[in-house]
Amino acid sequence: MNLLDIIGPVMVGPSSSHTAGAVKIGRVSKKLLAEKVVKAEIYFHGSFAATGKGHGTDKALVAGLLGMQVDDARIPDSFEIAKQEGMKFTIETIDLGDVHPNSVKMNLTGASGRTLEVVAASIGGGSIKICELDGLTANFSGDYPTLIVHNLDQPGHVTEVTSMLAHKSVNIATMQLYRASRGGNAVMVLECDQEVPAESIAWLEHLEGIIKVTYLSLIES
Amino acid sequence: MYKSLEELCKHETEQGKPFWKIVQEDDCRERGISADKAYEQMREMYRAMKAADENYDAKLKSASGLVGTEGEKMKNAREAGNLLCGDFIGIVMEKALKTSESNACMKRIVAAPTAGSCGVVPAVFLSLQEEKGYSEEQMVEALYVAAGIGGVIANRAFLAGAAGGCQAEIGSASAMAAGGVVHLLGGNAAQIANAAALALKNLLGLACDPVAGLVEVPCVKRNVMGAVNALTSADLTMAGIISKIPPDEVIDAMRSIGRSMSEDIRETGKGGLAGTPTGVEIRERMSHSLS
Repeated sequence: MNLLDIIGPVMVGPSSSHTAGAVKIGRVSKKLLAEKVVKAEIYFHGSFAATGKGHGTDKALVAGLLGMQVDDARIPDSFEIAKQEGMKFTIETIDLGDVHPNSVKMNLTGASGRTLEVVAASIGGGSIKICELDGLTANFSGDYPTLIVHNLDQPGHVTEVTSMLAHKSVNIATMQLYRASRGGNAVMVLECDQEVPAESIAWLEHLEGIIKVTYLSLIES
Repeated sequence: MYKSLEELCKHETEQGKPFWKIVQEDDCRERGISADKAYEQMREMYRAMKAADENYDAKLKSASGLVGTEGEKMKNAREAGNLLCGDFIGIVMEKALKTSESNACMKRIVAAPTAGSCGVVPAVFLSLQEEKGYSEEQMVEALYVAAGIGGVIANRAFLAGAAGGCQAEIGSASAMAAGGVVHLLGGNAAQIANAAALALKNLLGLACDPVAGLVEVPCVKRNVMGAVNALTSADLTMAGIISKIPPDEVIDAMRSIGRSMSEDIRETGKGGLAGTPTGVEIRERMSHSLS
């Protein structure tokens, strides 16, 4: 938190958690998909489901999926804009179990057919957490360039990724490893201090045993 | 950000720099940016507050229909000369309603410190600038003072209703605004801290009990109260009236009260006004009409 979190941010109301946070979740998810969202199945949980309509959480999330920022005056009109831009979406409620009360699950499809399942939470004051990607634990804030690698749980993949980052002079801020089962699907989440070059991500994608590479770039396109 | 108002006051005495400058220098250090850049960003916040006030739409209602059009009603009453509180306080009340309603109606506002309390600081600052003709530079300095106070509260206690009740939101906003006003009136750091303490003391214990969990009832009208409370606290201070409890201890009292508050009155939409028969009825009506 810094001084511009005390006076600021400039945002579209009414709620930093239920509106601004929802925009940010949508925006980060779109960036993770790395292409235009053409279809979104949205499932609101808990407080998002109970008070989301009144807080404009639905409009805010769709606005984020369209790439809008938290202070975009078009947020209230996002449903209309989604229609114009050819983004189809459905909104339902869901019980995700023992998760943060302000949580949402999304199944996203991009223009090229790429898909991404995201579970995210708005944890207060406009801060968010991406909790799951494609069913595997993720747990990052979206405040750093973030590399998410899904791979088979076998020796050597962490070295491949970290060696590549070292070679590209990218410093790792935080790193997490999870696996669904021994020898099954695993995931590493790396929050970085610098952007990871696109060609390095493409290189990773073609390695044996790497299932999927997802990257959150903070560069504005 | 600073961890105590006492420290800020001490720095003013030792370094001979005004409160706002000490806050700004600390911000520049933390974020690694120049004073010019930081100043520009804070000026943008002031301009965004002004824009939010000017862009008020008297025809808008919130999605729930619970709030909207109140700012216009205050304006009409003021222009008709019907207010006991007079023209100046009338404008403050009107501006507090306008920005808070705009927030509820999904318009662009500046969270200060939160979206729910976004009407307090601009209502006080914009009205005073119109009344007294302060320059934009003076207003940005006052915004730094407000931010400095908010920073101390964030460090010692909390700014979110979910953490500490409405005292943390409207209470903090009121304390921040009071300090900013004292700066504009020529007060020193000790007086700024005193005004913040007086303002916060009045709002200690305030529950966060929004009807149907929405930032509407009672939030919008509490912004009016927070703004007026900031002005009376500034006047008390400039009249030489001192808080018997030191400012940092008042903030600590807010923290301990917030910690002992039931979850029902910490932004869950369960207790307090939200739990009244009418509050419950509104929630049920909305869950039917909106789902």
